[in-house]
Amino acid sequence: MDINIPNDLLYTKTHEWIRKGNGGTATMGITDYAQQHLKDIVFVELPSIGKETKAGTPCAVVESVKAAYDIFAPVSGKVAGCNPKVTNNPQLVNEDPYGEGWFSTIALADPGELDNLLTPEQYRVHCESGQ
Amino acid sequence: MKRTPLYDVHNKLNAKMVEFHDYLMPLQYGSIIDEHLQVRKAAGLFDISHMGRFEVSGAGAFPLIQHLITNDASRLAVNQAIYSPLCNEQGGFIDDILVYKRNENRFLLVVNSSNTVKDLEWFQRHAPCYQPVKIANVTEQTSLIALQGPHSGHILETALNQPIGRLQTFYADEFAWDGVLLTVSRTGYTGEDGFEIWADANHAVKLWDVIMNSGERDGLKPAGLGSRNTLRLEACLLLYGNDMDETVTPLETTASWTVKFDKGDFIGREALLRQRECGLARKLVGFEMIDRGIPRHDYPVFLGSEAVGRVTSGSFSPSTNKNVGLCLIQSQAAQTGNEIHIQIRDNKYKARIVKTPFYTREITHGHKYTK
Repeated sequence: MDINIPNDLLYTKTHEWIRKGNGGTATMGITDYAQQHLKDIVFVELPSIGKETKAGTPCAVVESVKAAYDIFAPVSGKVAGCNPKVTNNPQLVNEDPYGEGWFSTIALADPGELDNLLTPEQYRVHCESGQ
Repeated sequence: MKRTPLYDVHNKLNAKMVEFHDYLMPLQYGSIIDEHLQVRKAAGLFDISHMGRFEVSGAGAFPLIQHLITNDASRLAVNQAIYSPLCNEQGGFIDDILVYKRNENRFLLVVNSSNTVKDLEWFQRHAPCYQPVKIANVTEQTSLIALQGPHSGHILETALNQPIGRLQTFYADEFAWDGVLLTVSRTGYTGEDGFEIWADANHAVKLWDVIMNSGERDGLKPAGLGSRNTLRLEACLLLYGNDMDETVTPLETTASWTVKFDKGDFIGREALLRQRECGLARKLVGFEMIDRGIPRHDYPVFLGSEAVGRVTSGSFSPSTNKNVGLCLIQSQAAQTGNEIHIQIRDNKYKARIVKTPFYTREITHGHKYTK
């Protein structure tokens, strides 16, 4: 399986990505590895703006034809924005997981938490170990 | 974990394999939605060798079967097949099965893989009253392949070089192929025209390859259990263990037409008669989501603030582009057009009860394959 893992992002073991933005915010979504495994994504449920997230706890749901899956917050903070395009057109997660298929932006509670995430190299090793 | 005779074929095709009632089965080869739509517009090839297969023979075969099923096997012509529930004394589904009449003293049964052991015991338990009768479990020595979709008649005729098209719906016959006899029936679980083909286990791979090669230019693709489920749901064909089990009776479901009270005694008849006289407390009906959300098995259903039942099956429906489902709910809530709510995780979402099936195939080409 050919997996796209961009160099400028950080990753979780549960296959979310996060991109550090300006002003203490970060954008998140699910990885190419995740979308390839889920295949046909037909539903995305995002948290409402203002909702608190806690690193490692569920913050969204994606559903393939077959089943529903929890998506976990990579970091703690407050949801600052959501991608309405992806709820209207869930297929964007399959087509462009790191671009048009982004999920939410989070106002970080503790930017230090980013240090706990996987680097692209670490994430590639994690994916290749088949977890 | 058991493997079907086609296990290596699925692996070579890079199928995503899942555990399904003791068997490792292909869930999907690529996209479930693509496989689903391919079956609707052209054809798909399914390995369904996990389904249980029995041969019931002897002078007692017919009366035994007739006593255990709710449908009427006396109406069967030689080579004809029927769908029927198998009920317990309370009228609850032990299973739903296909009964093929091969001749007066020989019947083939196809049962759900999850129920193979239970059904075999059920038949054997009642067999002593119907001697002579022999019940053979032929599941592992045979394979079963389903070819489904509007192009399947043409594909199978070309592949086997036999006049398969003369088979009518719900009829089966034997056809010579490659020095052996195949049993082919015009049956399926997708809502499309199609065939199910029995072969000896050691011919399965060659048969699969021959059909696949012959069908490629007509759009034939392999299809897995994922699309089999969405296809059957759109056609409103019941799934044992989801839509019904031993606590649900056929009268409560869309299969009420398969209970033939006038055929004479059968197991469950008394309970079902009583239920018919007292009226049904609940009904299995179809619904489509109005709000965005995908209904799944066991989600609670509400009418207003009152909990009225549960979702039995639900999915995104690729043919209608809607989210649809079946639910078993209190009869007074089950009227077509009613607005209900489905609880999905922590929220309730609007849905509407609709007529089923969700999808009916168009029979446009007045075509030579149906009659």
